[in-house]
Amino acid sequence: MAVLVIDDSKAMRSLIKRILNDAGFEVLEAGDGQEALECLQRWNHIDLVLVDWDMPGMDGYEFVRTVRATPAYRHLRLMMVTAESELEHVAAALAAGADEYVMKPFTRDAVLGKLDLLRTTRE
Amino acid sequence: MNTISRSDFNYICELVRRRAAIVLEPDKAYLIETRLTPLARQNGFDSLQALIASLRLNAADSLHRKVVEAITIHETSFFRDAHPFETLQTTILPNLLARRSASQTLAIWCAACSSGQEPFSVAMLAREHFPALVKGRLRIIATDLSGAVLARAREGLYSQTEINRGLPAMLLTRYFDKQGLHWQIKPDIRRMVDFRQNNLAENWPLLPQMDIIFMRNVLIYFGLETKKAILAKVRGILKPDGYLFLGSSETTLNLDAGFEPISMGKTICYQLR
Ligand SMILES: C[S@@+](CC[C@H](N)C(=O)[O-])C[C@H]1O[C@@H](n2cnc3c(N)ncnc32)[C@H](O)[C@@H]1O
Repeated sequence: MAVLVIDDSKAMRSLIKRILNDAGFEVLEAGDGQEALECLQRWNHIDLVLVDWDMPGMDGYEFVRTVRATPAYRHLRLMMVTAESELEHVAAALAAGADEYVMKPFTRDAVLGKLDLLRTTRE
Repeated sequence: MNTISRSDFNYICELVRRRAAIVLEPDKAYLIETRLTPLARQNGFDSLQALIASLRLNAADSLHRKVVEAITIHETSFFRDAHPFETLQTTILPNLLARRSASQTLAIWCAACSSGQEPFSVAMLAREHFPALVKGRLRIIATDLSGAVLARAREGLYSQTEINRGLPAMLLTRYFDKQGLHWQIKPDIRRMVDFRQNNLAENWPLLPQMDIIFMRNVLIYFGLETKKAILAKVRGILKPDGYLFLGSSETTLNLDAGFEPISMGKTICYQLR
């Protein structure tokens, strides 16, 4: 399964990438929402997107809304991975169409556990 | 004072990560100190530092295992292993509801509930999917040996790390309030669970006959005879058509012939023969 990781921090992308690679996922990276949309156009085998909230250019919230407004991307599962950790943020992200939400800082178990959740609820 | 150095902390983190796939946050140094200092003393070391020095020098042995267990013994998470809860929702609760008359109460016991994530997962699942049950027809009893984890469970207060693990974000928004850096489960869910102290290896308090028993990831800590004695008592308290869940690495096989493992969905549970 291929996962797209969107985060403006290269260090954060590497951290997540390592966790996902170890768990057997193929990982693609993007530095902001705009770059991520280009990635999605180029690669059609992506199933899952991990997306940061605060990023220059198109932020994660905007990205989620854009993806959810695009019928061709209906199959994508979207998980916010962000330092925003107020109830209102979680609720807003879900309302915009995110499927799951992980708060930074996170553990490896948190990310992998939530990915499992996404995969089980999809079946 | 016995404060742990950064390098000792890192060593222990690496050890539990390798052995148990558990990641300890930097703020967990206190946990290592409070759990391992008594262990050091029991094993004849005069300090925590001496214990860790010995761990470093020697190849992996039972001391390494004890250290990992001491640190991981309360390990739990919301909807741990996911599949038992899925089966509960899709199969077991609907079956039991169909078999019981509308006036009967369902009793669920979480034995060794640790800090409460397991019984609260059951409570949230019931609230989400079986509203009829929640109105007075569901009894959730949760027990543990440790008074400290029970106190935490009764408060229902969880760190971000605990919230991040296994709890669907939707349920977070519905059933939790943010309290500073922590999250607290709402009073109406907290009230659904009756927490009590109980040592599984000793006499049990009076408990009702159970429709479902969760006894997960606790038998592993016991010797053979204790496991057998506990399972025999479980047989006495489980209703004839009730269900027992054990941890994913545990089984009744070779311990108690009175149980039959049943494969349900992606999980295994046990029923009386
Ligand atoms: C690893 S946790 C399991 C928590 C939960 N059942 C789960 O699977 O996530 C084990 C729990 O067993 C409790 N425990 C250990 N020995 C016990 C005993 N003799 N009687 C009751 N509980 C015990 C510990 O306090 C700890 O909270």
